Amino acid sequence: MIGIIDYGSGNVQAIATIYKNLNIDCQVLTRPEDLNRAEKLILPGVGAFDATMQQLIDSGIKKELQNLVINKKVPILGICVGLQVMGFGSEEGKLPGLGWIPGKVKKFNKNKIETKPKLPHMGWNTIKDVQNHGLFEGVDHDFGFYFVHSFYFECDYKENILTTSNYGGEFASAIYVDHIIGTQFHPEKSHGNGVSLLKNFASL
Amino acid sequence: MLRSRIIPCLLIHKKGLVKTVKFKEPKYVGDPINAVKIFNEKEVDELIVLDIDATKENRGPNLKMIKNIADECRMPLCYGGGITTVEQAVKIIGLGVEKIALSYSALNDIELCQQIGDIIGNQSVVVVVDVRKKKLFGGYDIYTHNGTIKSKWNLFDYIAELEGIGVGEIVINSIDNDGVMQGYDIPLLESVREKCSMPITALGGAGSLGDIKKMISKFKTIGVSAGSLFVFKGKYRAVLISYPNRQERLPLY
Repeated sequence: MIGIIDYGSGNVQAIATIYKNLNIDCQVLTRPEDLNRAEKLILPGVGAFDATMQQLIDSGIKKELQNLVINKKVPILGICVGLQVMGFGSEEGKLPGLGWIPGKVKKFNKNKIETKPKLPHMGWNTIKDVQNHGLFEGVDHDFGFYFVHSFYFECDYKENILTTSNYGGEFASAIYVDHIIGTQFHPEKSHGNGVSLLKNFASL
Repeated sequence: MLRSRIIPCLLIHKKGLVKTVKFKEPKYVGDPINAVKIFNEKEVDELIVLDIDATKENRGPNLKMIKNIADECRMPLCYGGGITTVEQAVKIIGLGVEKIALSYSALNDIELCQQIGDIIGNQSVVVVVDVRKKKLFGGYDIYTHNGTIKSKWNLFDYIAELEGIGVGEIVINSIDNDGVMQGYDIPLLESVREKCSMPITALGGAGSLGDIKKMISKFKTIGVSAGSLFVFKGKYRAVLISYPNRQERLPLY
């Protein structure tokens, strides 16, 4: 069963609908004590970094996630701010992140973005493979994915980058360490590509 | 490369889907859920859904209807109509809507944009500005209540305020060009683009994919939204929900 973590941030229902249509067993989980029932977890996220971290802490989900993801090696997919919280921290906030993937979240440099609008980076953008991964099987890289964000994840080590995209320079649009994966884009709002990616995550 | 967004805009009136001309003569064009299903198949970039009755009837958003639409959408969805409180905005986002659009309520109380942004994130706050050319001296006025009430706000003062708050996007909706299908009001959009750096979406006037191509080549990255173009076909305006497929879109960028 895929557990979609509902802690008050992110589009939980859209992900659940996609899995339902694929006939893949999934549940929306709100209580930390329910998380261990899932074989795989999805951590969505929308909004500000600190607000998201605070919700994870207050709900007790952060503590349970550390146990499941680090000690029990449960695979997890973070989406958007759900990816950003996997690093050490963010320029957007003061709270430390989960610290699973070495790197820090930075704001796009407006001066490098030549045309208006500058921020947020919003809309459909292409992706480029840095390394092959089953997550992107059957995905049309040139059609790409839907993004909406002003901050991006800067990896300390290149080997953690799965794909890059370009907005005033290249940035990591999907990252991973072992069983921990994150996408800066929104697969749940990216039509066929998003469906393929979520399906691939379920069968990894 | 980041692509410009090509966005169908659907108007809800008396629970059905309608299309207006210059904000008048709403013509019934079908069922909203059916349209969303077709737009899913066409893989549209985004969708805007506006309930044009809510503010006029002085009522809040119809959450049940929004949920039905959001459950069906496989693309980012922006909903507008009747939102006047932070609680309503939060509820709508909770239904799986990416962005909420404010029009009258933002003009009435601009601080509402920030209050909502603080909770759901500024990137999810869209402001729709309905504008009409002044009759005599040039320039534009802002209107509310489906083009019937003129706002006291000056268009460019208002845009500067919204830029200061940092709302996620503004939709510039030309009442004069609505449903006319003769092209966008490019000078209007140029003057807005010059004054701010936030994302802009143009609405009102698209009659062909050529009109959309013209906008994208002029503005590089812009939201181009249209109603009539995606719900009518031919000069007799037969109802047909359509949208260019992946191959047809490539030459537009």
